[in-house]
Amino acid sequence: MEDLSLHILDIVENATTAGATRVEIRIIEDTKSDLLQITIKDNGRGMDSQTLKGVTDPFVTSRTTRRVGLGIPLFEQAAREAGGRLSVASEAGLGTEIEATFQAGHIDRKPMGDMGATLVSLIAGNPDVDFVYECKRHGKRTSLDTRSIKDEIEGFTTISDPKILQLIREMVNNPES
Amino acid sequence: MAKLRVEDLKRIKEAAKGTVNLRAGEYRVKITVHLGTCGIAAGARKIMNFLLEKIQQTGASDIILTSSGCAGLCNHEPMMTVEVKDSAPVKYVLLDEEKAAKIFDEHVMNGHPVSEYALSVGSETTY
Repeated sequence: MEDLSLHILDIVENATTAGATRVEIRIIEDTKSDLLQITIKDNGRGMDSQTLKGVTDPFVTSRTTRRVGLGIPLFEQAAREAGGRLSVASEAGLGTEIEATFQAGHIDRKPMGDMGATLVSLIAGNPDVDFVYECKRHGKRTSLDTRSIKDEIEGFTTISDPKILQLIREMVNNPES
Repeated sequence: MAKLRVEDLKRIKEAAKGTVNLRAGEYRVKITVHLGTCGIAAGARKIMNFLLEKIQQTGASDIILTSSGCAGLCNHEPMMTVEVKDSAPVKYVLLDEEKAAKIFDEHVMNGHPVSEYALSVGSETTY
């Protein structure tokens, strides 16, 4: 993966595959402590403790199309290479929370990339899932809740309308303040 | 805090007026981009966003764009499947924007599959 936004896309796709109806993505960068923190929390079916143990093992996967699963291991590698770590908390029936930390200024810390494109891809592919996105970096803050956008446009158009998605992408990539 | 501005929503509502809204499940063409770990690493997100732009440009409201996971053909990524209603689905492999543009113009808009970019024709349906 070239950048962190692609890792996030991959991890959130896992969440929607696990039957989540709501996924929260939070990105917080604290320049003072040189910490970048990415949290992805879903209300999908979660994992039991046995499955959770093997979650960072590439040879553990729930898929049937191939025998290796690299989403979480690759994300963990990206965190470790940048002086951080990855942790997964999960409870069967309740959901999963993945937290990755990075030393923000580490030379091997991957760039954030195009979060707008990631969110738009997620929304287009999973229009029934509600996505919450919050990002606090470099003194700028972006926040988005697709539930409230859906409520606003109800009866006129849908969240997967390309015009709406274009607006969301612009909004996410150009935070105002 | 950046928000979807009221004027943006008004603009969308205006634009949406007069167009016939698609009812859920009703479509002429369904495009599925494979967004597994392998697909994403190979550039599937670029294809997804490119197709969204194309759909927006044409103003077509009868095309559904969606995503799926890994199909087990990771070395063929990025991939997408085009399903025109009442015809066999076509799986396209090793995509880039140029190929996606040709597939969109010829297959999605005009119903002629682009066989040179296809893996196979009619192998399976929606996941």
